[in-house]
Amino acid sequence: MIRRRDTVPWGPQESKEGKNLLKHSPAQKFPSELKRMKYEIQDHAQEFGLDFFPVIFEVLDYQEINEIAAYSGFPQRYPHWSFGMQFEEVSKSYAYGLSKIYEMVINNDPCYAYLLKCNNLIDQKLVMAHVYGHCDFFKNNLYFSHTSRKMMDEMANHATRIQRYADRYGTQAVEAFTDCCLSLENLIDPHATFIKRRDQDGLADQSSITSSGSGHENGSSCCDQDKTPAGNSAGCSSSPGSCPPAEAKAETREVDLFADDEDDERIPDRRLHSKGYMDRYINPPEFLRARAEKLKARRREKKRFPETPEADVLLFLIENAPLKNWQRDVLSILREEAYYFLPQGQTKIMNEGWATHWHSRIMTEKILKDSEVVDYADHHSGTLGGGRTHINPYKLGVELYREIEERWNKGRFGKEYEECDDLRVRENWDRKAGLGREKIFEVRRLYNDLTFIDTFLTEDFCRKQRFFVYGQDENQRAWVIQNREFPQIKKIILDSLTNMGHPIIKVMDANFENRGDLLLLHQHETRDLKWDFSRDTLVNLQRLWKRPVHVETVREGKKVRLTFDGREHREKLLD
Amino acid sequence: MTLYLAKRIERDRARFKKIVRGAIRSGIRKYISHGELIGRRGKDLVSIPLPQLEIPRFRFGQAKKGVGQGDGNPGDPIAVDPNGPGQKKAGSDPGEHILEVELTLEELAEILGEELALPRIEPRGKKNIVTQRDKYKSISRSGPEALRHFKRTFRQALRRQVISGTYDPAEPRVWPVKEDKLYRSWKTIPERESNAVVIYMMDVSGSMGDEEKELVRLTSFWIDTWLTSQYTGVERRFIIHDAVAREVDSETFFHTRESGGTRISSAYELCLKMIRESFPPQDYNLYPFHFTDGDNFSDDDEQAMDSLIRIIPQANLFCYGQIEGTYGAGHFLKRIQEKVNGEEKVRTATLRDRESIYDALKTFLSTGR
Repeated sequence: MIRRRDTVPWGPQESKEGKNLLKHSPAQKFPSELKRMKYEIQDHAQEFGLDFFPVIFEVLDYQEINEIAAYSGFPQRYPHWSFGMQFEEVSKSYAYGLSKIYEMVINNDPCYAYLLKCNNLIDQKLVMAHVYGHCDFFKNNLYFSHTSRKMMDEMANHATRIQRYADRYGTQAVEAFTDCCLSLENLIDPHATFIKRRDQDGLADQSSITSSGSGHENGSSCCDQDKTPAGNSAGCSSSPGSCPPAEAKAETREVDLFADDEDDERIPDRRLHSKGYMDRYINPPEFLRARAEKLKARRREKKRFPETPEADVLLFLIENAPLKNWQRDVLSILREEAYYFLPQGQTKIMNEGWATHWHSRIMTEKILKDSEVVDYADHHSGTLGGGRTHINPYKLGVELYREIEERWNKGRFGKEYEECDDLRVRENWDRKAGLGREKIFEVRRLYNDLTFIDTFLTEDFCRKQRFFVYGQDENQRAWVIQNREFPQIKKIILDSLTNMGHPIIKVMDANFENRGDLLLLHQHETRDLKWDFSRDTLVNLQRLWKRPVHVETVREGKKVRLTFDGREHREKLLD
Repeated sequence: MTLYLAKRIERDRARFKKIVRGAIRSGIRKYISHGELIGRRGKDLVSIPLPQLEIPRFRFGQAKKGVGQGDGNPGDPIAVDPNGPGQKKAGSDPGEHILEVELTLEELAEILGEELALPRIEPRGKKNIVTQRDKYKSISRSGPEALRHFKRTFRQALRRQVISGTYDPAEPRVWPVKEDKLYRSWKTIPERESNAVVIYMMDVSGSMGDEEKELVRLTSFWIDTWLTSQYTGVERRFIIHDAVAREVDSETFFHTRESGGTRISSAYELCLKMIRESFPPQDYNLYPFHFTDGDNFSDDDEQAMDSLIRIIPQANLFCYGQIEGTYGAGHFLKRIQEKVNGEEKVRTATLRDRESIYDALKTFLSTGR
């Protein structure tokens, strides 16, 4: 099963329960039989103590649900080939019987959830119960507290804006820029929503863009710098008078998608509301010139900028890279979406485990008739099945919650318990504390996957779950089981959850070597970066920054700085 | 929602496919990888090609270790390559035979259409109506006496008598009552009329060798694929001829070696007969195709042209493919070109080798008829 995020209709907001609010759909009614089930399950969920925004179900056939799945649960997304690619994969997978999307639910108020039409009634009940688990999680988990609960509207809004740019500036241009931004999409700060790093007023001082839109100090020596080997034409920055006409008409046909031209500074008045930091960019050129002055002054002072390493690289680029206004808008849209989906990536195990736990309890304790038990067990076990090489997040999550509930019911926590090392005493430990239920509700509120595993994954648990570490054998050919050592198991799992499995990369210096170059630092822990990808990502980064870009990392044990200056890649060993 | 969403995802999907095929120049195309899904079809494993475009990002390389779950001892191998499909070596269990699933015929036809820039066929007239047929397959409790269902009625009566206890096995008598009576009834089933008929005609005289027949087979496959994608139902008929023509099935069509002279008129006559008897032009879209080496008996030319002239108005499209064999080019092509030059419904092409099939298809199918 795949659970997705929330949707809300972009039409008028009459939230009548059970009614399909999507303006454009045919009257796909929620069958009354299912509606009855929904209310029954909802009542049980509430009795168990689950708390959620209003939930609205909609029934879709397999094609519609595949389409929605490709769009991550929202009916409308900005135009991009990647959604087509997802759709191909999902459709083919379905067509060859490899997988079926049973349900999708979105983090929103109200929670929209989609059911697959052809499922039998037992499956639908299971799915509905599962959905309520998710909705409770979305509403109550701390890491979701700052997410937008009106994301359906916002997604539609994003789609419209980007489509408008595509209409105005061309599909190719917007697509190439989007590809560029998506390449940098994971460079966000997972802690950003909880720490106020900047106040809004301080923005004007701190963020100075490098120049009046051309990325250079005074725009005169532009021609050489703007040539890139990646097929872009020898587009020159449009500072008047600085480009010999011959250069401008290079033989490549491709338009330099990131060349700036003066006539784009003004955006028509029909702007939608923008975030605070965006206001500065809908501006007459004087403001920009003023900031260019500031940067020159700063450069003269040789002050470090940014003063502390910046983890929210995207925000940094939005504020400081020489982008056109529409590009800045597109980048900020993609950043918004990245932050919206961030908590879902950070809590996958917990969320799925929570929903599985509750669907299991609701079904087995309240809903199932005797005749349905076998079918239910079959489906339920299918969800929890796992391969030998990957941990199934549903299974891990639900087993951990059960373990926590049991432990807290029996008082198996605290100093005394931790210090006891008599196995038999531990096994029979039962102080009848009865705190299990309270504890799991608290856990679902306060933890994310990383802290969840860190706190509650114990050696006992790993042994019961029969986890093992695998790796390549000496001949480097087959993958074999290596050991069942708890510290290693825990470390590997935690590593994979840190920063959602992405490398931690921050902006160190936006004025590197006092030339306006951008320097990033990869906080190397144990794993090296994928090298070819890193080189290509730097190319994309340079397209936005318009000056050479560098990343410092460790490769095969040695400190190295990888550079791309618009023409070629260089590697320099540091010590 | 279907209609609305279908437009959007189709747009994105089409864009993706175009990029993968290289039809659109996109910088992202160099990150293409040809992944696959392994699925099942019956008891066979099938490999479903799934091209992927991966946007480069800052990410880690392959993990050296991982955590799994299950039984086993240190040193036991794990069956599946943990880094996903596409790695053929450490992959599936030995001995598993995997079939490669190519594109479906629809996708094939789509690509053909795009590559050759083929216009969609605009069908004419009422040849494409889906008709309703009544099939008498079901049962009803009421109806005309002529539609009584004896067996069912008596069975129902028996059931009633057993339940009410009036049945005596010693004296088995069953008396149906009015309530027992069951009647045959019908269901209206929409039946697709065959919308198009393709009549393949091939010269199988001595001058058509294996290679030439292979060319015909390939061309006819593509024509079939295209037409099947344009019509809901396509019927195919095969005529082989040398001096005499006869209708055959597809096996025979592709595997016959006759010898003897060539009378093209025989084929055209048979074609006309077929049309007259089974495929009235107002109900069917007709596509006669003729493949030959063009070496006709000279005195037959006149008759052949007459027959052809009678075929043309009845057909959507008449296509003539002349195979250039080792014996040089036949003359019939010239005759056709002279006589019906400029006629929109007649398309001619020369098939020399496999490469020329492409041009032939373009000639034949790009009329939108």
